[in-house]
Formats: sequence, structure tokens, C-alpha cells
Amino acid sequence: MTAPARRAFGYWAVRYQAVWRAGLVAGVVGPTIFLAVMGLGLGTLVDDQASSTSSLAGVSYLDFIAPGLLAATTLMTATGDATWPVMTAMKWAKTYQAQLASPLGVDAVLGGHLLFMAARLAATSAIFLAVMALFGAVNTPLALLAVPAAVLTGMAFAPAIAAFSALQDRDLGLILWYRFGATPLFLFSGAFFPLSQLPIGLEVLAWVLPLAHGVALCRGLSLGTLALVPALVHVVYLALWGVAGVAAARASFTRRLVR
Amino acid sequence: MTTLEAGREPLIHARALTKRFGDFTAVDRVDFDVAPGEAFGFLGPNGAGKSSTMRMVGAQSPVTGGELRILGMDPGVDGARIRARLGVVPQEDNLDVEMTVRDNLLVYGRYFDLPRDVIRRRSEELLDFAHLADRADERVDPLSGGMKRRLTIARALINEPEILLLDEPTTGLDPQARHALWDRLYRLKQQGVTLVLTTHYMDEAEQLCDRLVVMDGGRIVAEGSPRALIAAHATREVVEIRPEGVAIVEGWHAATASSVDGLAERIEELPDRLLVYTDHGDKVATALGAQGTDLDRVLVRRSTLEDVFLRLTGRTLID
Repeated sequence: MTAPARRAFGYWAVRYQAVWRAGLVAGVVGPTIFLAVMGLGLGTLVDDQASSTSSLAGVSYLDFIAPGLLAATTLMTATGDATWPVMTAMKWAKTYQAQLASPLGVDAVLGGHLLFMAARLAATSAIFLAVMALFGAVNTPLALLAVPAAVLTGMAFAPAIAAFSALQDRDLGLILWYRFGATPLFLFSGAFFPLSQLPIGLEVLAWVLPLAHGVALCRGLSLGTLALVPALVHVVYLALWGVAGVAAARASFTRRLVR
Repeated sequence: MTTLEAGREPLIHARALTKRFGDFTAVDRVDFDVAPGEAFGFLGPNGAGKSSTMRMVGAQSPVTGGELRILGMDPGVDGARIRARLGVVPQEDNLDVEMTVRDNLLVYGRYFDLPRDVIRRRSEELLDFAHLADRADERVDPLSGGMKRRLTIARALINEPEILLLDEPTTGLDPQARHALWDRLYRLKQQGVTLVLTTHYMDEAEQLCDRLVVMDGGRIVAEGSPRALIAAHATREVVEIRPEGVAIVEGWHAATASSVDGLAERIEELPDRLLVYTDHGDKVATALGAQGTDLDRVLVRRSTLEDVFLRLTGRTLID
């Protein structure tokens, strides 16, 4: 017997067959542009500054930013997959309702969609790492572990975003999340500069939110500088956000679908 | 309320079944049984509680009160096992319009954990059944409303259900598409599939249902075969009289009613016409003609469930 969530996942997988080529192209082009413009272009200026040697601990800006972007991109991927697709399946296409007429229950319906989001995060993160390698920004085999770390980072967000999207009646909330949630989080996550550069209040706030932990985890793995205890703290913290997000998503899916 | 032949266990058994949303009671203590192989209908206007009842029967909506057993099981406990043996055609099509016709059947079959080769084999049969074989590899989006509806029904049959639940199966379809769909449903019934459907179309209920309940305001107000309901709550024939011109002159209803006095069993005044219930429509028409009424404005017809509904609720079915 196939687990119920896997059966619901099948729907999303078949649906993706029609667009996977576009997904692949976007998955390659996005990181390529970011690493070329920021890693190489901006990086040349940064690396020339004497102060960068101290704040970046002697690491080139490309090597610094690449794993940070790997982690931060998962926020955008999770946002893309857990906003409009969830609202569409809930409200317009009523995909979830169709699934619930079968033996599948709410947990399977939610689980299937989250599994698909995790699979997409794994694929986009693996592509990202491959692009990093092409740019010469991968220096240790440990960097391979940055892919599961990136999936964990994305899954710290995806369930919580899905919980939010499932409750929306109009897509205004999703637009607001993009502009005032995801975008600032992306920029202030420590992907582009060390968080210690920020005023102390903002630095603390950044560490309360999960993305900074994902950035630190991926960067530590990619540079081979990660110590065990901070690594465990990051992993546990990200996992807690994921677990809390799943609980929230179960509540909001149940509220919407079971009545 | 409903009695079944002895020895036949009902597939669906409801007693005092109730559904409340907050303070609003959508379904108010209804009783009904559905026997194997039967075509059973819920007839009523929008908001009568038909869809809420169907969603409870589909083990998709929790029961607020009363007793409900489907295939001998309690939907609150065995919802997944019940749904595995049901086919559901919801009021609004929820196909994936961006996928192909065939993929819609494939993913849906997978929800039921059917092996792929079984789904493939059944899909071929179902596409033939739904007259969609030549559109199998096209996207759903451009298909007509009738085709989408037939695909939704084909999809609901992928698990070879014992009961097929259809919520307003032909609402929004043109007459030709409706008849094509009735023909498909009739064939399913011949094959022994139990049909449970809601409708606010009288002709649909008369065409398809062996037995039906009339719902209004969350309650069942009558139950029986279409023919028995008409016999019990209407006369054999109805004479419809329309006024001269567009606007109705004050006193027209009363004057016309008095002109057929003694021939009518009952008279119903509607805003745009007068209904005369009688077992002898021709006599009424002859009497009207003799009094100088233009017979182009007089229609003698059989009673329908619409008349039953009007009698039971004092309202027409579709406003």
C-alpha cells in the first residue's frame, strides 16, 4: 500500500511534468545571475577593501555569498510554492476538496503538498549547488550537506506560509507577505553581509527568525568551518519552526476543509 | 419514515440527521434510507440542505447530530473506508483543468491506491463510457461544460463505487448535454450502481429517481416515488391560464378563478399566471372557451413534481 500522503504527492508530481523544463531553466538561470552579479561583480569591489578581510574572515565575497544565497533562495522557493498554489488548490481549483472525496484525509492532503514542496526545494538546491561548483565556490565535499540543510531551511518556512495562504480569501495577503515579509527577510538574513554589521536590535531580530540559521548552517558547511554545537542549534531551531508550521497548517487546513 | 423491503439492508441509513453551522441549521433531523440498486433523489430549491446532506453522506462533512450509517459503517469512525467505496460528483467540477483528461483519471485513481495498470484499463473503459476517448490526451480546460461533467462522473467511477453521489449533476448544462448525461446515468443504474442525487430540476428527478424526498428549509417535507408524490399532492392535470397582454389587471386572478369554479379541485395564484388543479383539464378548457377566453392562453398539462413542491411549500422551486 502506498502511504496516503505519497498518493496526494502524485497529483503534484504529475502536474509538474508539464512545467519541469521551465523549472529547470529558472533553477539554473536564477543562481547564475545572482552569483555572476553579486559574487563576481560586486565581489571584486568588496574583496579590494582591506576591511573585508576582517569582517569576512578572509573568505572571498563569492565564497561568502554563494551558500548564503543558497539558503535565502529556499525562502523564495517556499514562498512561491506555498502561496498561490495553496490558495488555488483551496479556493479556486478545489484540488484539496477533490482529494478529500477519496480515502485521503486532511493530513494526507497537506502532507502530499508539503512533500512536493520539499522535493522542489531539494531539486532547486541541488541545482544551486551545481551552479556554485561551476563558479568555483565549492571547496569541500562537506558542501554536499548544504543541500539537505537548504531543504530544512525551506521547510522551516513552507508549512507556516501554507498555513497562512490556506486562510486567505483574497490574494492581497500573499502579495503583502512577498513585499513586507519574504523580501526583507531575504535581504536581512545574513546572506549578503555578516549580521554583526547590523545594529544590535536588528541582529537579534534576524536570529529570532529562522532564515539566519539556515544561512549560517549552509555557509558553515560550504566553507567547512561549521562546529558541531552551533550546527545542532541551527538544525533544531529550523526543525522547530517546521514542526510549528505543520501544526499551524493542519489547523488552518482543517478549519477550511472539514465543515 | 421510509420502509424498505424486508431482508435488504439499506446502503445509507439516516435518522434525525442534523447539520448545523454555528446558529444556522442546514439539515434539520431528516430520516431516510437508500436501498442497494436504487436511484434516490433529494429535490428542493437552493438552500434546502441538499448539498449539506450529500456531504455528510459522502463522509466529507462531520455529522452534527443524529444517526448516519453508510455501507454499514459510521462516517465519524470509518470515513476513509467509506469513501473508498463511494464515487462523488460535486456540485462544482473540481477537475484539474491544466492536466489532460487521462491524467485527471490517473491521479484520481492513485488517491484510491489503485495500481497504475488497473487505472489505465479502467480509464479506457470510462473514457468510452463518457464519450471522451478522442479527447483523452487533450487538456481539460477547453472542453465544454457537458464534457467536463461527464469526465467528473467518469473520474468518480474509477474506484468502481457501490454508491455514486451526484450533487446537481446537470445544473448549468444545455438541454442536449443534460439528456446525454441522463442517458449515462441511466446506464449506470442498469448496471446496478446505486445513485444518490440532488437536483432542483423536476424533470431530472422524474427521469432518474425511483424514490425521492422533497426538502425545504433543511427538512424533508415529502417522500415517495415521483408518481406517488404527484398522486398524493397534486391532481392528474393542471390547467395554466395566462392573462391577456403583458400586465395583469387587478382582479384578474379572482375573476378567472371564479369562472372555473366547481371544476377545479384547487387553484394556485402565481404572479404571472393561474394554475387550476383538476382531474379533467379538457372540461376546464372547454368551459373557459365557452366563456370567451382565448385558448392560446390556456395550457393543459400533466402534473409534475413542480406542482408537488408548490403544494407542499407554497413556493415555486426556482425563483
